[in-house]
Amino acid sequence: MSASFVPERWIPGERLTGAPVVPRPGPDAPVVGVLSLQGDVIEHLRVLRRVGAHAVQVKSAPQLEGVDALVLPGGESTTIGKLLVRFDLLSPLQARIADGLPVLGTCAGMILLSDELDQVEEQPLVGGLRVRTRRNAFGRQQDSFDARIEVMGIDGGPMDVAFIRAPRVVAVLDPTVEVLARVEDAPVVVRQGAIWATAFHPEVTGDDRLHAAFVATVPPR
Amino acid sequence: MNAADPHATDPRTGTSRVKRGLADMLKGGVIMDVVTPEQARIAEEAGAVAVMALERVPADIRAQGGVARMSDPDMIDGIVETVSIPVMAKARIGHFVEAQVLASLGVDYIDESEVLTPADEAHHIDKWRFDVPFVCGATNLGEALRRLAEGAAMIRSKGEAGTGNVVEATRHMRAIAGEIRRLATMDETELYAAAKEHRAPVELVRECAETGRLPVVLFTAGGIATPADAAMMMQLGADGVFVGSGIFKSGNPEQRARAIVEATTHFEDPGVVAKVSRGLGEAMVGINLDTLPEDEKYAARGW
Repeated sequence: MSASFVPERWIPGERLTGAPVVPRPGPDAPVVGVLSLQGDVIEHLRVLRRVGAHAVQVKSAPQLEGVDALVLPGGESTTIGKLLVRFDLLSPLQARIADGLPVLGTCAGMILLSDELDQVEEQPLVGGLRVRTRRNAFGRQQDSFDARIEVMGIDGGPMDVAFIRAPRVVAVLDPTVEVLARVEDAPVVVRQGAIWATAFHPEVTGDDRLHAAFVATVPPR
Repeated sequence: MNAADPHATDPRTGTSRVKRGLADMLKGGVIMDVVTPEQARIAEEAGAVAVMALERVPADIRAQGGVARMSDPDMIDGIVETVSIPVMAKARIGHFVEAQVLASLGVDYIDESEVLTPADEAHHIDKWRFDVPFVCGATNLGEALRRLAEGAAMIRSKGEAGTGNVVEATRHMRAIAGEIRRLATMDETELYAAAKEHRAPVELVRECAETGRLPVVLFTAGGIATPADAAMMMQLGADGVFVGSGIFKSGNPEQRARAIVEATTHFEDPGVVAKVSRGLGEAMVGINLDTLPEDEKYAARGW
């Protein structure tokens, strides 16, 4: 089943008069899904469309089958993890990532992709990224901040990003994990092959360069 | 290969972007009223994206009467320490010192709420003065835009809290959506008149007209008691749902909380809503609005 046949419905954030006009992706454009159980789904869909991908929502296992790459959005990692389990998406997602599916996780997405968390409480994780991550590592909401940050491999100057109750990586568990950016010495952008993760939100600022770099690595259909 | 020596430059806290951004991260989720750390744990376990810490749920405030105020800081601390999800707390309308206290406790969002007894009959809190973001209730577009002008970073429909009756939330969601749709048909000259009619800044009115949406996240609140209520609000254009008395005043809070979370995610799929609605036990009893005296309606508080 091709994801392009998944009907595009109204989604939270896309309210009232509908979606703004966006460029139509070409026939060869990769189908990039955004996990749409909870979180800032619409922001990712919009960025992906601006950088030329065919962006679709993923709420079910059949929808997951139809995508060439997947974004795990910002949101509440405990909520998204539980919903992955309850709607039988966790195992299929883990299988596709093990199979080499390119994935990008931002904030909650980084937490979900991590193999380990720096906390006692258990929560469902997708895993695959060989790092240990600490949730809310910069503090509570009043400590959330906007910043400009240099990211290796992203040309054109520092990226404009937002850290919102953001996590950070506290330990890299495997030498194949590249650290592409740090704040206060902690990795905040990491990449391990096809798995990308950022502690911040590039999707809420209009700086589309990281998404463009990610989409560029997705093999053509 | 590691990054050479990158560093975050010009970090800024308390910006509109991070205030509104946290609300963006809550989209598609359910925020639950809790009065104890134990309830907060149940809410988090059920999949809530945040909890609202308060001393009494609206149904009890209604039943017991008296002046309803900000919660005891000990109680808020207890909830903050119990859960890892964001914690919100309520301040009275206009009570900027309650808001200062809540900010000092490190809550993640302040609800300047009509459910508590208003502390100022003319002025809402100047929310621009705070690094912590605020959510405010609204019954129509003009009220929502006035709250945004004062610095609110998130809006919720007021509904009629503590009634278990969704009719007022429906009215407010339809009002806000319909008024924005009408703005979108207007020319520039008409927008000035519309701003006057809505008693809202013309810049915000114009932004709604151009984008077809509020500039911030719009949740629904006030009377949501069942998974179908939550799904209906989502189909009416809500970005997410606040549930107050509806969970912990029902027969089986754990299961109902979970069902409302799942119905909010799959709000467009009646099969899922039906499945999660089975065997939930007693919903909260509820109040019919036509038997509720005008002076007991919370939605009329705030201006």
